[in-house]
Amino acid sequence: MFSSMTISQLRTLLRAREVSAEEVVISVFDQIDKVEGDIEAYVTLCRSEALVQAKRADALLKEGNAPDLCGIPIAIKDNISTAGLKTTCASRILDDYVPPFDATVVTKLKEAGVVIVGKTNLDEFALGSSTENSQFHVTRNPWDRSRVPGGSSGGSAAAVAAGEAIAALGSDTGGSIRQPAAFCGIVGLKPTYGLVSRYGLIPAAPSLDHVGPLTRDVRDAALVLQAIAGWDGKDPTSVQKELPNYEAVLSEDITGLVVGLPKELLDNELDPEAKEAIFGVANVLESLGARVEAISLPHAEYAMASFYLIASAEISSSLACFDGVRLGKRYGEAKDTTSMFMKTRGQLGIEAKRRILVGTAILQEDNYTTYFVKAQKVRTKIREDFQQAFGRCDVILSPTTPTPAFTLGHKLDRPVIMYKSDVYTSLANLAGIPALSVPCGYTEGGLPLGMQIMGKPFDEATVLKVGHLYEQQTASERRLPQKEVKANG
Amino acid sequence: MADWEVIIGLEIHAELLTESKVFCGCNTEFGGEPNSQVCPVCMGLPGALPVLNRQAVELAIKAGLALNCTINGTSQFDRKHYFYPDLPKAYQISQNDRPLCSHGMVELSVGDRKRQIGIQRVHLEEEAGKSVHVGDSIISSEYSLLDYNRSGIALVEIVTEPDIRSAEEARLFLEKLKTLLEYTEVSDCKMEEGSLRCDANISLRPKGSSAYGVKTEIKNLNSFRAVQRALEFEADRQRRLLQAKEVVLPETRHWDEAKGMTFSMRSKAKAADYRYMPDPNLYPLQVDEAWIESIRQNLPELPDAKRDRFINDYDLPPYDADVLTTSRHLADYFEACVQEVDEPKLVSNWVMGEVLRWLKAHELEIESSPVAPKELGGLLKLIQEDVVSTIVAKDVLSEMFATGKSAVEIVDEKGWRQISDADSLEAIIDGVIAENPGPVADFQKGKTKAIGFLVGQVMKASKGQANPQKANEMLRQKLQK
Ligand SMILES: [Zn+2]
Repeated sequence: MFSSMTISQLRTLLRAREVSAEEVVISVFDQIDKVEGDIEAYVTLCRSEALVQAKRADALLKEGNAPDLCGIPIAIKDNISTAGLKTTCASRILDDYVPPFDATVVTKLKEAGVVIVGKTNLDEFALGSSTENSQFHVTRNPWDRSRVPGGSSGGSAAAVAAGEAIAALGSDTGGSIRQPAAFCGIVGLKPTYGLVSRYGLIPAAPSLDHVGPLTRDVRDAALVLQAIAGWDGKDPTSVQKELPNYEAVLSEDITGLVVGLPKELLDNELDPEAKEAIFGVANVLESLGARVEAISLPHAEYAMASFYLIASAEISSSLACFDGVRLGKRYGEAKDTTSMFMKTRGQLGIEAKRRILVGTAILQEDNYTTYFVKAQKVRTKIREDFQQAFGRCDVILSPTTPTPAFTLGHKLDRPVIMYKSDVYTSLANLAGIPALSVPCGYTEGGLPLGMQIMGKPFDEATVLKVGHLYEQQTASERRLPQKEVKANG
Repeated sequence: MADWEVIIGLEIHAELLTESKVFCGCNTEFGGEPNSQVCPVCMGLPGALPVLNRQAVELAIKAGLALNCTINGTSQFDRKHYFYPDLPKAYQISQNDRPLCSHGMVELSVGDRKRQIGIQRVHLEEEAGKSVHVGDSIISSEYSLLDYNRSGIALVEIVTEPDIRSAEEARLFLEKLKTLLEYTEVSDCKMEEGSLRCDANISLRPKGSSAYGVKTEIKNLNSFRAVQRALEFEADRQRRLLQAKEVVLPETRHWDEAKGMTFSMRSKAKAADYRYMPDPNLYPLQVDEAWIESIRQNLPELPDAKRDRFINDYDLPPYDADVLTTSRHLADYFEACVQEVDEPKLVSNWVMGEVLRWLKAHELEIESSPVAPKELGGLLKLIQEDVVSTIVAKDVLSEMFATGKSAVEIVDEKGWRQISDADSLEAIIDGVIAENPGPVADFQKGKTKAIGFLVGQVMKASKGQANPQKANEMLRQKLQK
């Protein structure tokens, strides 16, 4: 089945003309027809457009000068703008919004020759960790459909895990790529802040938002990153840097590399199985020539509070534009502008409202210094913690999440528990450093577990290399979710 | 009864003369079709990001330097949140506690006193769009239309210290500010196009007191005259309240130009909370010393320096120098003309008199004068060379404005050359003497005033072309024989 292959496998077959892009796309849509009814990973599918794009890709492949990702079916999270294609953020307020422009990452993927399969489900405006905050429908975990796929890029993760796309783009504000990747047993990368353009990503918290790939393996993550990374004049936080060849770096060894294990992230709140898995990873990396050292991130315990305050403040600002004037579907008859604002904004879901209220409160003059400024100070401390740590080690290893995928409905009405599960991932957003989630084993119940490899700013190459070597070393233990999908179905 | 001191502070918004908007590449020209100069950034589409325009920063620095400000090496862009239909992002990108320029000062001449008005800050921000209410007023209109052409145009907000002490000073300050911004080509300062706007804060306190009284803010000031009138009205209103031991309410008041009164718009008892936060998309703005220095070096001569130079180099009276330097274009016009005719006072009289009068009557600015400085010079040379009299020259200038022809062309065409040669004049004078025996006799009896009447008759007979001085001399010679 082509739909369960990796980008690199398909690339070889497509280049050798052993398969056509059209056949690959058809295979993916066959799989979608089979499982989408259960998984519901997508908000919008682009079947006919995808076939047109596939034919175009085949023409290029025939000419022999096809770009890198030519003919690869990719899903895009539905908060990333696509010109002429509905971009809803899984919100009623944007359910008919068609952007007039492509996000820079979409432009770049199109230049790289991908076929866009569709737009994937998410927590409304990327606010959540389970995709249950989508105002359209929930998405189910391909490994166990009573469980969440994680979030907010849950649709992207589930689509890749279930063979409904070869790879996907997600966005990550506090772990929204890595946590669903871990829950769905795939790879997810949050790049360094400024490496991948945010132009066209509908913002949640601009200082924390990132765009990155969700893929079947680390090599694929490197390939997608190569396609979307690079300076963009339309993004003022974009950084001008010479890019390495991320795929070429994967074959280097890691002898002498120092892996830091932060004691604060391996404490008692951690699920024992997850903890055990991380020590297992450390052993594998040591056997590959790396040195493992205990390190400390002393301010990690304040990360959650800092993250939540900064994110909420920025979210309340980002979502202010949905007032029913130009953006935000106008609901009901309004007597005046104030009632129009209120009726439109009343359509937002509970999590969005919660963040707007909290963010609005802490930005008020009386609270600003006590909460917002203090949270920014903690953020600076956390950055300094990482600078210190990276003086001693090359990468930092931790679990991606404290637990495997939880059941649907489990945490929906317990927001603080939900936020707390972001503790491992949100550190990298506060610090802006690269972080990769790679599958690292399974629970007794057969649910995938993920580890997180964090690296120095703009050192995606090392992070990917470590993830790739681990993946190679443990390839025989790797399972496929599709089996479980079939078994359950 | 207490004697009251008036305390005024102004907040001025001036649109910068950048070619493109402050955070996107859209055109800034005035008067385009509604919503024809927009893009995802200035329409506030989600996912579009602001990219700062370097020219806007440069012009804001220029404004800061012209107002003697400190240019801050690091400043910060903040989001100012409020819901309003013409604000597409529901926040305006502005600068709150770390402005680009601060601590400036403008010196005014008020009568023969010098007054220094402190400038608290000059900061950079973006313009909002424009609401067009369909119907008579915002209340009765059935719906409103929105034009985002203006959305995202670069603005500076200039805030004075509460150093202004009268409505007249406020107007003088604005005139000076306009001159400075025009000189430096920071803004065209057209109040009628909304490229310069002013809100005023005013309070009163007993003379000698150091505490400030309750202030009101006045909006809808559409001309410098309106600023002065509104502040005079408001000072008077507050004075009467205070003298009657009543209180001034902290509120925003609307100036009604037709009624000549201010009206309460809304209470300011609870200050609006804009929930300022640093814009996470825009890193702090760093401007280095070298850049500031190069902008400073390239500043044009500012009005005060030019005024002093006009007094010293051209020997002009201070009044003339003041008037001529109110606009850079006017000063340039004057100097270009002096290049042609080396008699500055003559040029100054004509520019300030006939030229400005004609332009004002035709609602034109000096830069669009149909008579170029060189052409005016041509006319003034004819006066210097006695080819035309001052009186005739005024007619020639009117013809020049009307036809665009040169002074020489007009004089020749119309046959307006002054008659100065003795032979031609003699014939006319003899005729006048023959026809006016009465006044001639009067003069000869010692009534010297009669000569004026006779010269007038010579002028009349020559259709104004006789050289009056020459005619006077010749008449006297003949009658005294
Ligand atoms: Zn624009």
